[in-house]
Amino acid sequence: MIEVKEQKQTYATRFERIEAGVVEGGSASLLAIRKAAFSRFTELGFPTTKHEEWQYTNIAPIAEAEFERMETDTASGSIDDIAPFNFGACAATLVFMNGKFAPHLSAVGNLHEGIRARSLADALSSDDPLITRHLARHAKFDEHAFTALNTAMMEDGAFVYIPPGVVVEQPIHLIYLTSSAQPGSYHPRNLFVLGSSSQATLVESYAGLEGTRYFSNPVTEIVTEAGAVLDHYKIVRESDEAFHVSTLQLHQHQGSNASSTTVSMNGRLVRNDIRTLLDGDGCDCTLNGVQVIDGTQHVDNHLVVDHAKPNCNSREFFKNVLNGKSRGVFSGRIMVREDAQKTDAKQTNQSLLLSEDAQVDSKPQLEILADDVKCTHGATIGQLDEDAVFYLQSRGLDFETARSLLVYAFAREVIDEVRIDGLRNQLDELLIARLPQGQLLRERL
Amino acid sequence: MLEIRNLQANVEGKEILKGINLTVAAGEIHSIMGPNGSGKSTLAQVLAGRDTYEVTEGEILFEGKDLLELSPDERAGEGLFLAFQYPVEIPGVTTNYFLKAALNAVRKYRGEDELDAMDFLAHIKEKAELVDIPQDLLKRAINEGFSGGEKKRNEVFQMAVLEPKLSVLDETDSGLDIDALRIVANGVNQLRSPQRAGIVITHYQRLLDYIVPDFVHVLVDGRIVQSGDKDLALHLEDKGYGWIREDVPGGEPVAS
Repeated sequence: MIEVKEQKQTYATRFERIEAGVVEGGSASLLAIRKAAFSRFTELGFPTTKHEEWQYTNIAPIAEAEFERMETDTASGSIDDIAPFNFGACAATLVFMNGKFAPHLSAVGNLHEGIRARSLADALSSDDPLITRHLARHAKFDEHAFTALNTAMMEDGAFVYIPPGVVVEQPIHLIYLTSSAQPGSYHPRNLFVLGSSSQATLVESYAGLEGTRYFSNPVTEIVTEAGAVLDHYKIVRESDEAFHVSTLQLHQHQGSNASSTTVSMNGRLVRNDIRTLLDGDGCDCTLNGVQVIDGTQHVDNHLVVDHAKPNCNSREFFKNVLNGKSRGVFSGRIMVREDAQKTDAKQTNQSLLLSEDAQVDSKPQLEILADDVKCTHGATIGQLDEDAVFYLQSRGLDFETARSLLVYAFAREVIDEVRIDGLRNQLDELLIARLPQGQLLRERL
Repeated sequence: MLEIRNLQANVEGKEILKGINLTVAAGEIHSIMGPNGSGKSTLAQVLAGRDTYEVTEGEILFEGKDLLELSPDERAGEGLFLAFQYPVEIPGVTTNYFLKAALNAVRKYRGEDELDAMDFLAHIKEKAELVDIPQDLLKRAINEGFSGGEKKRNEVFQMAVLEPKLSVLDETDSGLDIDALRIVANGVNQLRSPQRAGIVITHYQRLLDYIVPDFVHVLVDGRIVQSGDKDLALHLEDKGYGWIREDVPGGEPVAS
């Protein structure tokens, strides 16, 4: 507990600086929210494993570490640094080096009139009414210490607005790259607002250069107005020493269709809270995810699908591949409120354990208050099918390649659903690179 | 080509093969028949290298090499192929996809050049016609949702693609209607050559009308108790397995 107090002191000092206006903090109303959030963080403290939602994920290393605010020079980073994360033509690419918008690496030139895609710091200083209306209004911080911390501490991130009826064909890509040799923390904050009947594809890539040690605490709020169509991807490929604790909050209005895929590959400890509020009749939501982890990695995906209105469909499909001594957690709560008749909710979680020491906890939770609903969930945990390995071996594939091919096929099922060709190929490469005999597989296939 | 000497094998401590002796020369087709539980499938699985079976005695020489020293993939590389009695369904891996990897693995093992995508496609197109397997089936996950007949046809297709020296067909005829049976048999016959050999394991004589064997062996209780030419199969069809017991010195009545 002493360490936690000290840590709080570190953050308190930092918060005082924000309050004093040392850091650009935005409008007075936002400052009030920041204060409330910080006050809530102080009350909550960092969660321990005694907290139900943090039962399987021990974040003590984050609480104990003295992560200072990451200092950065906006001019840091080069095109070569971000090249590995590009996947083809984008409508806009916003690059953030060590949490801060890097205009020299970003490209926002080709946008349709009325679309806004800019750094949050920028948007905050210009008093955009959409910011006042939406920022910190969707991701609740009263029960989530990390979201509270982000809300109090946020400095930069992306603000994207798509006007009603506009269809953005190419993806909008956010790249968060940590290159700082000094350990530190930052709290990226993204706000995406999709106007009614608009359509957009958003990709968030989080990465760190080898050897960097940091704590990244992003919060992304996405609002889909009536009839909007969102395709969202989040790729976690942080450094091996990085901590990544994130919240994605979707707020869907009537008849909107949102799909979000979370791919977690690298990072020491990764926790993704993925929540959607189905707040209008006839919404559709698909939440997919896959993690392929090894060594002592820990990845925890916490999903909440809140069916607040009738006639909504939700699909959750998450896959875990665990090797070494890695540990995976899946928690999926489906809430069906009294009004939410004709809800159709389905949740699937499949885990593949490749070693004796890997471990996974899968926890489905259904809270159903309406009576005319269809809710199903299924979790499977297993090893590779020995019959299948032998079958492939009998055709000439060596043991490791046969196993790799089966793991590849298992994880590919999620990656196959990625609708951006370039991104799908990039993820395919990432996946193959993580497999034993991956190189051989790549040559043979 | 293949020489099995006094092969004995257990599964989970239970003795299944009790001393098999069998010699197969290039160009020959041997049929192994026998009642359920006699050890036919165990023999097939042991040949292919399944590690759930423990070989306790004997040896298997394949082209002079000690087969039991080789892993299943090395055996495939040497030119052994097993058509499974129960082909495994593998979600997420298309037949085309995996066959390219498999073919290039065995080609590499055999010191041949690996095929590029164009050559591979030409190769499988030819073989697919041979067993009359629809191209779109090959774009689906291996055996997933295939009918029994489609699975068996896929086995013979894979055999044709990999061009083995010795093919072992484990009850490839079971569950096939007569049309499918003809197609499968035709695929097997097309592969017959003086350089190749086959072991056809079957329960019924029916398949042997289409794949005419040079030798027929009867396996009972883990031993080959009778060998003969194709007429032996007809005799078995006619009289069942019961009569064999009386002809075999020290033979026991077939389990009822």
